[in-house]
Amino acid sequence: MKKAKSTLSSVLLVCLSLIWLSPIYIILANSFKSRDEMYVNPLGMPVKFSLEYYSGAMEKMNFLRAFGVSLVITIVSVAIIVVLCAMAAWMMARSDGKLSKAIYYTLILTMLIPFQTLMMPLMQEMNSLEKLLGFQIKDTIGGLIFMYIGFGAGMGVFMFYGFVKGSLPRTLEEAAIIDGCNTWQLFWRVVFPLMKPTIITLVILDVIWIWNDYLLPSLTLKSASNRTIPIGTQIFFGQYTIEWNMAMAALMLTIIPVVVFYLCAQKHIVKGVAAGAVKG
Amino acid sequence: MIPFLLTVVVPFFQGIGYSFVSWNGMAKTAKVFVGFQNYMAVFSDKRFLDSLVRTTLFTVVTVAIVNTLALAFALWTTSRIKARNAGRAMLFMPYLIGGLILGYVWNYILGYGMSLVANATNNSTLFFNWLSNKQYALYAMIVVATWQMAGYMMIIYIAGLEAISGDVLEAAQIDGASGWRNLISIKLPLLMPSITICLFLTLSNCFKIYDVNVSLTGGGPANATEMISMNIYNEIFVKSNFGLGQAKAVVFFFLVALITFFQVRMTSNKEVEC
Repeated sequence: MKKAKSTLSSVLLVCLSLIWLSPIYIILANSFKSRDEMYVNPLGMPVKFSLEYYSGAMEKMNFLRAFGVSLVITIVSVAIIVVLCAMAAWMMARSDGKLSKAIYYTLILTMLIPFQTLMMPLMQEMNSLEKLLGFQIKDTIGGLIFMYIGFGAGMGVFMFYGFVKGSLPRTLEEAAIIDGCNTWQLFWRVVFPLMKPTIITLVILDVIWIWNDYLLPSLTLKSASNRTIPIGTQIFFGQYTIEWNMAMAALMLTIIPVVVFYLCAQKHIVKGVAAGAVKG
Repeated sequence: MIPFLLTVVVPFFQGIGYSFVSWNGMAKTAKVFVGFQNYMAVFSDKRFLDSLVRTTLFTVVTVAIVNTLALAFALWTTSRIKARNAGRAMLFMPYLIGGLILGYVWNYILGYGMSLVANATNNSTLFFNWLSNKQYALYAMIVVATWQMAGYMMIIYIAGLEAISGDVLEAAQIDGASGWRNLISIKLPLLMPSITICLFLTLSNCFKIYDVNVSLTGGGPANATEMISMNIYNEIFVKSNFGLGQAKAVVFFFLVALITFFQVRMTSNKEVEC
């Protein structure tokens, strides 16, 4: 009896999950259909699988280029955020000065500021910086990465600071110093490896954020060669006519890498998201 | 730390400065100091106030639905059944796909797709283009936001549920607590920290929602689904009222900060030790 109940519950859960994901199925099924077929058969499986719309969509949004841009921006930003925040948080947590307390609390408080409050002055500031320094910042990948580091600093420092204060024993560092470690070695050989759980959490949260971010790149990246994946998808959804078959192929193209990433790192992602929330 | 100063701290103070001037964004035109006039204008701007009310309603409804669903999912997938891991994985999936893409997916389903189904089935009372109906377009926003966030919150509730020690639940069972009693008197009070976090995340995400708004409805039909974020964006980058738009942005900051502050204080007061 109990077993039957639990099997029933399992079956129901799987049904619910499949219904939950049905929107993705609808996009997938329709990305293979011609316009006429879509019209008579909007929900069923396609009759034949033609990849015509996929190749069209890939060409139109310059998928490989956009994928590369997104990948570079995400990887470089996240790597720099992790290393810089780990260093900064460690130093701040280990010093008792008033200055480091002040910096720490500024970082935490600014996490509350919505991006919409900063976007216009940020763009103006970048304009005047460009004039002052004489090189381009807006519409460059480096400039965007620079801004992501700034926006990611608050949460990164917050999480590492909590880890150092909470679960990194000071005695361990003292022992390493007695063994002849200098600060640089101490960080890379002792502190950084021990931070691994926090690093994984932060990487997962920041990757999800930066890969999917839309507003900041839409404000800074104007030229076609710098399009990220979300910005590239936008070109399929014009004001008046939408070529739905191609648009859906494009949506699938953007969803597939995310699914692959998820399947590869599912355990870490679920753990990271849960841990990130508890710390945040 | 330089990127942080340049991208967050400096713009924040600059932004407060901009909110006191009247300016159209052109480098050539002068910025005229107008004092608090922009702020007065914000509170007499009907379109802004409408979008504020709309965003608040949207947030209240979505937060309630998302958290109820997420908690139900979490309770279900922590029961000892075989499919629990597969279920979790599938229910969490939508969160990983960005808001912009999700909005486009549903843009097809609730818009064009719905009208196709209506055609194929000759039933237009049940199936019609939601996105061209003012009221249903707002429902569409709620559906999509729910679909995006419920799985994410579920993961946080699961972490909270798994942290509750088995001893407490066993003790309750011995005392004769049934399933419901167990949930209301034991699990929910012990889950308060997770509830605080989830309410905070859903509240601030709903209030700041922008991507889904852009891709799902574009604010339409006839501005009926324009949320605050989009209103600010349009004021600055479409209508070129930089001063007024920035004043709205500053008001927006104080609103988000105040609301989340009170929510966190209220719910964390209810947390219990065990």
